[in-house]
Amino acid sequence: MLNYLEKHLPKIVLAPTTIVMIVCMYGFIAWTGLLSLTKSRMMPQWEFVGLDQYVRLFANPRWDVAVDNLFIFLILFIIIALVLGLLLAIFLDQKIRVEGAIRTIYLYPMAISFIVTGTAWKWILNPGLGIEKLFRDLGFAGFEFRWLVDSDMAIYTIVIAAVWQSSGFVMALFLAGLRGVDDNLTKAAKIDGASTVRLYWHIILPLMRPVFFSAIVILTHIAIKSFDLVQALTGGGPGYSSDLPANFMYTFSFNRAQIGMGAASAMIMLFGVLAVLIPYLYSELREKK
Amino acid sequence: MNRQTPLSINIGRVMIYLLLVAFALLYLAPLYVMIATSFKDIEEIRSGNLMAPPLSPTFYAWTKAWSSACTGSECEGLAPFFWNSVKIVVPAVSISTIIGAFNGYALAKWRFKGSEFLFGALLFGCFIPFQVILLPMAKLLGSLGLANTVTGLVMVHVIYGVAFTTLFFRNYYVGVPTELVRAARLDGAGFLNTFRYIFLPLSTPIFVVTVIWQFTQIWNDFLFGVVYSGAGTQPITVALNNLVNTSVGGKEYNVDMAAAIIAALPTLVVYVVAGKYFVRGLTAGAVKG
Repeated sequence: MLNYLEKHLPKIVLAPTTIVMIVCMYGFIAWTGLLSLTKSRMMPQWEFVGLDQYVRLFANPRWDVAVDNLFIFLILFIIIALVLGLLLAIFLDQKIRVEGAIRTIYLYPMAISFIVTGTAWKWILNPGLGIEKLFRDLGFAGFEFRWLVDSDMAIYTIVIAAVWQSSGFVMALFLAGLRGVDDNLTKAAKIDGASTVRLYWHIILPLMRPVFFSAIVILTHIAIKSFDLVQALTGGGPGYSSDLPANFMYTFSFNRAQIGMGAASAMIMLFGVLAVLIPYLYSELREKK
Repeated sequence: MNRQTPLSINIGRVMIYLLLVAFALLYLAPLYVMIATSFKDIEEIRSGNLMAPPLSPTFYAWTKAWSSACTGSECEGLAPFFWNSVKIVVPAVSISTIIGAFNGYALAKWRFKGSEFLFGALLFGCFIPFQVILLPMAKLLGSLGLANTVTGLVMVHVIYGVAFTTLFFRNYYVGVPTELVRAARLDGAGFLNTFRYIFLPLSTPIFVVTVIWQFTQIWNDFLFGVVYSGAGTQPITVALNNLVNTSVGGKEYNVDMAAAIIAALPTLVVYVVAGKYFVRGLTAGAVKG
């Protein structure tokens, strides 16, 4: 008996996690998927209506805005964070004397919650007392910066705050990658007379391919999940002009008693993540074999 | 050969240093603005600008943010919510870390048929957008009588944190030589003794990394907090957001900023004290997750 127990202990240890995982991850995803096929509003009810909720979702102008915003946010956030992170990493990799201190400064926003970041930037970008007043005091009398209350521009304030928070992290990823480059390679290139710019562009950057991949996947993941930042910085406003899908899902599920549509929007978000994740995992696994 | 003169090297390096420092200042600016604003009174905020240092520093905003600012209908400051977060974070971090250690150990060194598949299925949990489990989890918490309770929030954080903690420990333990395990087994040590006498003594760094990661994640969480907490059980992120959006008798930006710093302080302190481990967690969770 004791022997049997000992032999199966690893499985017994993993059993609770396995059960909880099956129920609370895969079971719940299935539950949400099923719910999205019903006409549930305030409470779950199991009268199936096919893809009606999805049709209603995509006909909803608010969802349209949220999806458009996500693309604007995703593209700008990823490009800016990648370029900034990579440049800072390359500069930091030039045997900088106070590297540790500078790295610490670039990365500290990552330790802060999106709610705090949003609160801080909401004040900095405050129309009237924020950046606008700063520049007017500096002598630019007509300076205007009112993106926070401009429904065409509000989404870009999210980009600014998100880049501030995450670009240091991208820097850390690239720096780790650069440190992994074989010294002999750079030495050989230098002996061959390659300039620093050529060295980075032709030799080192191509080696950073996996880092680019990881960074893009992580940034996409952060962007799709961004909910708190919007909530704290713009509240989705003005109106719903800076909503992202996560905010749409929250509003419709918990404030508007439209849980069928909320579930449908959550499923679309899941599919979005999978569309990025599956190719990534696939290539990761193939590399290992 | 393009030999660079010492002078041009110096100019290049000076440029790099200047750029690095400029960016460091840029990253620090929001923190400076928060701190400076929190020590000003409202008159000074109106008349001065963001970057102006507080001329007659006052603790008014700090005392108010901590003990009497309104976060919705009640006006007891952030203090009660700070302790709510502590009550959520301490058990959630400890439980998820311990479970992760055992899971990771079993998955790394006691493989059985299907254990790799199990790991893959669990890994997926690090990536799902949580929106997809929000609704069914609300239902489950309701039927367990845990809706709007600290216990309920602890449970949710443990369930969705275990995927990460398991990943961390598993990847760390994979690096421990299997010969050690074989030797221990020959000496008659079973699953638990091998863990206790061989793995546990090696585990301090990974425990530190995991605890810091979980602490940061859970302290900074907003989504679960806003969905699953009620009037008396909200974590600090939710309370901060309510505080900023409650304006009784005029907006007090100094109180908002003091509150934001209070909410950010614990994770910032951890970052400053144990930054190395924080970064290791980020990159481990990121690159392999």
